Amino acid sequence: MSTLARGQQAVGITDLTVTFATDGGDVRAVDGVSLSVNAGEVLAIVGESGSGKTVTAKTILGLLPETATASGAVLLGNDNVVSISHARLREIRGTSVAMVFQEPSTALNPVYTVGWQIAEGLRAHGDYTRAQAKAKAIEILDKVGIPDAAERVNYYPHQFSGGQKQRVVIAMALVLDPELIVADEPTTALDVTVQAEILDLLRRCRDEFDTAIVLITHNMGVVADLADRVAVMYQGEVVEEADVTSLFGNPQHEYTKRLLAAVPCLGSGTVKTQERAAKRALTVGKAPLVVATGLEIEYPGRFGRPSFRAVNGVSFEIGANEVLGLVGESGSGKTTIGRAIGGLTRITGGSLSVLGQEMRGVKERQFRPLRSDIGFVFQDPATSFNPLLTIAECVAEPLVVHGRARDARAARARVDELLEAVQLPRAFGDRYPHELSGGQRQRASLARALALQPKLLIADEPTSALDVSVQARVLELFAELQREFGFAALFISHDLAVVDILADRIAVLYHGELVEEGTGADVLGAPRHPYTRRLLASLPVPNPAEQALRREELRLLRLAD
Amino acid sequence: MSINTAEHRSVARAKRPLWTRIPVVHQLRQSVGLQRGMLVAGLVLTAIFVLTAIFAPLLAPFGFSQLESGNKNFGAQQAPSSAHLLGTTVGGYDVLSRVIWGAQTALFVIVVAIVLSIFLGVVLGVVSGYLGGWLDRVLVVVCDAVYAFPTLLLAIVMSIVISGGKSNLVGGVLAAAISITVVFIPQYFRVIRAETVRIKAEAFVESAKVLGASSGRIMFRHILRNATRTLPLIFTLNASEAILTLAGLGFLGFGIEPTSAAEWGYDLNKSISDVTSGIWWTSVFPGLAIVLVVLGMTLVGESLNDLADPRLRTRRRAAAAVPPPGPTLDLAPGASSDIVGDLELERQS
Repeated sequence: MSTLARGQQAVGITDLTVTFATDGGDVRAVDGVSLSVNAGEVLAIVGESGSGKTVTAKTILGLLPETATASGAVLLGNDNVVSISHARLREIRGTSVAMVFQEPSTALNPVYTVGWQIAEGLRAHGDYTRAQAKAKAIEILDKVGIPDAAERVNYYPHQFSGGQKQRVVIAMALVLDPELIVADEPTTALDVTVQAEILDLLRRCRDEFDTAIVLITHNMGVVADLADRVAVMYQGEVVEEADVTSLFGNPQHEYTKRLLAAVPCLGSGTVKTQERAAKRALTVGKAPLVVATGLEIEYPGRFGRPSFRAVNGVSFEIGANEVLGLVGESGSGKTTIGRAIGGLTRITGGSLSVLGQEMRGVKERQFRPLRSDIGFVFQDPATSFNPLLTIAECVAEPLVVHGRARDARAARARVDELLEAVQLPRAFGDRYPHELSGGQRQRASLARALALQPKLLIADEPTSALDVSVQARVLELFAELQREFGFAALFISHDLAVVDILADRIAVLYHGELVEEGTGADVLGAPRHPYTRRLLASLPVPNPAEQALRREELRLLRLAD
Repeated sequence: MSINTAEHRSVARAKRPLWTRIPVVHQLRQSVGLQRGMLVAGLVLTAIFVLTAIFAPLLAPFGFSQLESGNKNFGAQQAPSSAHLLGTTVGGYDVLSRVIWGAQTALFVIVVAIVLSIFLGVVLGVVSGYLGGWLDRVLVVVCDAVYAFPTLLLAIVMSIVISGGKSNLVGGVLAAAISITVVFIPQYFRVIRAETVRIKAEAFVESAKVLGASSGRIMFRHILRNATRTLPLIFTLNASEAILTLAGLGFLGFGIEPTSAAEWGYDLNKSISDVTSGIWWTSVFPGLAIVLVVLGMTLVGESLNDLADPRLRTRRRAAAAVPPPGPTLDLAPGASSDIVGDLELERQS
């Protein structure tokens, strides 16, 4: 389909440098990057946030903001994107190169039908009658695997699920047969089971349409699943470029090795968990801290619509000193359960007892004294700190609120101890939250949660906003602190591999119901529920050869359903 | 291994000197090009206005209610001359002196009006936005009702109610200021409430909540300071509106008597009949004073607005020829990164 034959160069980047003008002076985001992608090939650009991977990709489409200055060459056919005119740039966008965005729900305009939005690209590049454009839109929707394309072409974006929306976005990119597709984190916003399907679709784009794909991602599993070649970016430079098997098999650069080592693998936690379970067996007999029986939580509906039941008849226990991992996709109710235990969401049915207090119909005044025994770590460390207080003041806040210290200054000695416990230097206490990196902020968040030495810690996706390499360290720290302080924890995550590292027991949620619960070895080793099995098989592993086998397994599993 | 990394790197970052962190000074240093021109022009006009108001007794050749000097009457409607640089009014007052003294009245009204409205508006906004419920609903309805009234009409009603027809300096100024206050409170209320409702959903407020902090502490320690970022902007825009309302009141005859204080709107009112008989100086100068002061404050307000928004703020373009010192992560300046430090450390060892 692509005008290029397989193996011909689709894009060639030579010595690209991009500089941004910011309030803090000039910042060089990309520094002398040279890359090339051929037709029918997937090049993955990996790196942590801030490594310049997205900027590089945006340069290919000429999408840099006004504050950026680019030098070097980005050759698309005979056009150098860095220096061509705006008119020519508009011509080649869509026809030569197209983009798939990270968040499908924001990349689509909610007030137009998807058919109209696909036709928009056609209208910009040629004369199509309304009927022709629609026929073309139906054809392409059919190709990307939207069922009943002829009817659903008239649907609005909100009538599609997240994965289908991403299919529509890919259809928009494919409709003009571009030689190159730039996919910026195309699966990051999607659940892992949906991710596998979208990766399949992108693989088909490559195989059937001979499209060149630049895949930007931080997920090494996705790289192993889809990429042919990998470029590792670090601080604006390409530190290593290799084909996928040799990169995973024999990484050369120090940073690549570190990155690969940091990726959590399934099964790595089993040994640790068994050790811990053996130790805990000695302390058995204590009453559990959290007991949920037939827990139901409903969100009230608006104007006559029925209320939405987020959690439906869930029962579980968290014993003293035990880490329960709660896994599920978005919308499965896992965060709602965490918030209910923290007293942020009211429960509407069943029973939930937290530290001996029944949460059904509890008054804030009754619950407040118990809050000193509950720590909470939030998902996004960037927003969970008051931006106008220093780290020391933030960490001291629980001590002040519960009367253990008169003000932040009086608590400073204890704050310093806490910062040291989470391996942050004392001097960091005087910094403001925005002056810390994501991982450091999340560690400070842990320090705050542990300030009152709680019996129970609720961690809601504490690492999903972090880079893989940083995530590994935060998880390590979490495990260490858990050993040291001996708190019980509810660890909420969408990532099975992460939960596996930490949790003594794993509970799997699906559509508000608890479908499976057991030790890591039980749930991951011998899953009983079909959903758990699918979840496990969808999780891409950072090993190309093994991932190919798993892909086949998943296909069979899907056929069986 | 990671314990000391940051200390290795933490080059003691000196805080920016205090004077560069003062709101307007900070923005002035940040601005470039046309935005800087606008801001500087606005600041200059506003500074002239404030200085004139403060030093009015020294600057003005005569008092605001002076009709004669050395037993010699000024005479009414005299054209500009060496004795009266800007001429005299129909009432026999010196125009230049009235314009200068008028600045003092205007500043007085702005200060009183804004001090009265800002505190009440902000506190009501935070409480209403955070607590919600019936209190919120009632306050929003009341503010909407005040909004729905024509501003000037409301100010007229209030000034009649407050001053009861009398108009000495304090009474007149307070009447004008309080009537403006009534109109402004809903503005501050609405802005702060909207910010509070947004911030209430932020994770750091929830994290304060799970710590068990009381509602008062959350409102005034965690939310208030984060919600007041837009205040300097509304503040300057409202200041210019306050002057317009005061001038409007004076123009319509609800202002301050000439014997109590000089007031631009009153002078304009009295000069209406002059315009048709070719006497331009009695109306042009008070009118010009109003226009320049409002322009100055609006320019300051609008440029602060543009500078506060990173998308509207213009920056010096990156110099392509001179390469900056190496790549940086997309974090705030001065932020540290986990990985960079570790690698550096390993390279050293």
